[in-house]
Amino acid sequence: MDNTYNDRVIRQFAIMTVIWGIVGMLVGVLIASQLAWPALNFDTAWLSFGRLRPLHTNAVVFAFGGSALFATSYYIVQRTCHTELFAPKLASFTFWGWQLIIVAAAITLPLGMTSSKEYAELEWPIDIAITIVWVAYAVVFFGTIVKRKVKHIYVANWFLGAFILTIAMLHIVNNMEVPIFGSNILKSYSAYAGVQDAMIQWWYGHNAVGFFLTAGFLGMMYYFLPKQAGRPVYSYRLSVVHFWALAFTYIWAGPHHLHYTALPDWTQSLGMVFSLILLAPSWGGMINGIMTLSGAWEKLRTDPILKFLVVSVSFYGMSTFEGPMMAIKTVNALSHYTDWTVGHVHSGALGWVAFISIGSMYYLIPRLFNKESMYSLKLVNLHFWIATIGVVLYITAMWISGIMQGLMWRAVNADDGTLTYSFVESVQAMHPFYATRAFGGLLFLTGMFIMLYNVYKTVAGSEPKAVAIPAPAH
Amino acid sequence: MSDFTTPLMSWLIMAIVGGGIVWLVILLISSSKVKLKPGEEAQVTGHVWDENLEELNTPLPRWWLIMFYVTIVYGIGYLILYPGFGSYKGMLGWTEIGQYEAEMKYADENYAPLFDKYSKQDLAVLAKDENAMKSGQRMFLSYCAVCHGSDARGAKGFPNLRDDDWLWGGEGAQIKTSILNGRTGVMPAWGQAVGADGVDNLTHYVMSLSGRKADEAKVAAGAAIFPTMCAVCHGADAKGNPAMGAPNLTDPIWLYGSTEATIKDTIRDGRNGQMPAHADFLGEAKSHVLAAYILSLSEDK
Repeated sequence: MDNTYNDRVIRQFAIMTVIWGIVGMLVGVLIASQLAWPALNFDTAWLSFGRLRPLHTNAVVFAFGGSALFATSYYIVQRTCHTELFAPKLASFTFWGWQLIIVAAAITLPLGMTSSKEYAELEWPIDIAITIVWVAYAVVFFGTIVKRKVKHIYVANWFLGAFILTIAMLHIVNNMEVPIFGSNILKSYSAYAGVQDAMIQWWYGHNAVGFFLTAGFLGMMYYFLPKQAGRPVYSYRLSVVHFWALAFTYIWAGPHHLHYTALPDWTQSLGMVFSLILLAPSWGGMINGIMTLSGAWEKLRTDPILKFLVVSVSFYGMSTFEGPMMAIKTVNALSHYTDWTVGHVHSGALGWVAFISIGSMYYLIPRLFNKESMYSLKLVNLHFWIATIGVVLYITAMWISGIMQGLMWRAVNADDGTLTYSFVESVQAMHPFYATRAFGGLLFLTGMFIMLYNVYKTVAGSEPKAVAIPAPAH
Repeated sequence: MSDFTTPLMSWLIMAIVGGGIVWLVILLISSSKVKLKPGEEAQVTGHVWDENLEELNTPLPRWWLIMFYVTIVYGIGYLILYPGFGSYKGMLGWTEIGQYEAEMKYADENYAPLFDKYSKQDLAVLAKDENAMKSGQRMFLSYCAVCHGSDARGAKGFPNLRDDDWLWGGEGAQIKTSILNGRTGVMPAWGQAVGADGVDNLTHYVMSLSGRKADEAKVAAGAAIFPTMCAVCHGADAKGNPAMGAPNLTDPIWLYGSTEATIKDTIRDGRNGQMPAHADFLGEAKSHVLAAYILSLSEDK
């Protein structure tokens, strides 16, 4: 049986993508509501914002996004290499290992165990487990690339490969930490001190965005969008240029998180300059995604899966325009520490990452479970519209709230130089937008429940069949 | 101090930044040589994956290339003007600390004369100056309200500033000293010294001082300990001592709470009150206006 694809591990990851999406976004809606109505933490330590916020980010990025990336990368690498997965037992290990890590995160973070680094809060034993699973992932992925039956490596695999390699480097370097031997063995402190620690953290933090949330999902885009549209990728040449430019430029962008801090001036400038140069490489991906549709635009009217994929690329283009603008020092002086940042992150995380993952799952799940299509395309369409309205509400609320915050914080009376508004007045002014944001998030979560129902109806009673590997074309 | 421990570090950064930008330009030039003739359509590369995945070989969009070059030119220009290219300082001589100092200088030049004028006025007079009090209120909301509340009525552990009861004295000069130098109000923990019974007895005695109902036997026992243990700070008459920030125990005003359990906690475990010093942060003149503002709050009764 070495002429069929190994889809079992993909089915497992695909189902968990939906489950973790709901869990992560449910926590998101809860903490968004806590910001509007603080009583919702019920005076319980493990329900408090400070503990649940890292749980939310870890769950949506690494559990939902991570499962989606595992599922789609295992699918893409087999299909585009015309071969089955290398080391299938190791692939199965990555599934169970990754789920175990997620469960460990879901227990330790509400208990208040944290290394306190944003998006890298998990303590050192879990960090080591992540490293082991990640190395196994790399072995499976690159092993499959090595035994490919076609000479050329498809563009999606470049992005997925860059994502896997870079995340390994970022994760290991940023999580260098020293446990407290003797008293509290599960607590650790960073190996770096002061501003170096901050710089390493944001070198990691921004490239978690650049390589986990961007390169990985661009890999997804390069397979599922042309497949669903039934059109060739717009430009091979563009994909080469934007791939290398993106990989080189992203790694410099971290310092824009530390504008106007103790970080040396020269480092801040380089962070800003390369963030701006990053605009074109990012848009290269957007152009390649959207223009792949040329000649098939009419499909957008009738195909809700294609809607998810194309709108995700549009959000990608929008947030990768917004990002470089916010990296400019004078803009950053207004936007930094405000809700604008939160809005920007979510236009990327919901509009781009979640939309492309959802679209890919709607493509993938019927094929994995031996079905013609999803149980209901009408529900896919409903999901699309509810999610779109949710994202738009979310982002606009945070734009208004963020810019207002920034302006209120810096407003000074011309006659005596005192601050026009006290901090608490700015908090008060944000309240309606926090409520709107929570509502937008609730809509997005509702969409995920519709998806869960649709997936359940598609998968229940299905009999997955091993898919034969077609002979390569050349 | 230089950001670079060795000149080699600076050269390394220049090499990577310069080399990286040059490499980007070469990548763009070498990838944009092919152009389509008018009417010519882009062709597929000829590679096929997974039965129908293909790629066109469309040339790079012109507007995209131009945008790419513009950002590179902007980046180079920025690195000529501002620090960033290794240890090169930039033509404008801009530094973050320089910008901060310039803004502070601007503020000093524009606002200091007003506050200097205020600081020469007597606090009681200043407390009647409408404009000064508007400034005072805004500063209070920014710097004081976090602990003392927007209405200045305090919270547990943070004194009410609107009543006429003062831990450290309510004269203008005393209030100003509290703001400038801060205060540390320490109630020692007596649990070890007097034991559980002693804490209990003292609690009832303290409750009786402000005319509240208390167990008479315990009050008598507490009254016996009070002169040796408590009177040093709170005074023999228990009316407190503003020199040490020791509260008056005979009035109905309680900093940490008046329930029997809370008073017990206070006696057993002690308290540590911290009013931070603002002399370095706000300076003499602004503290003067704030003191006048606080004076005006207690005077409007």
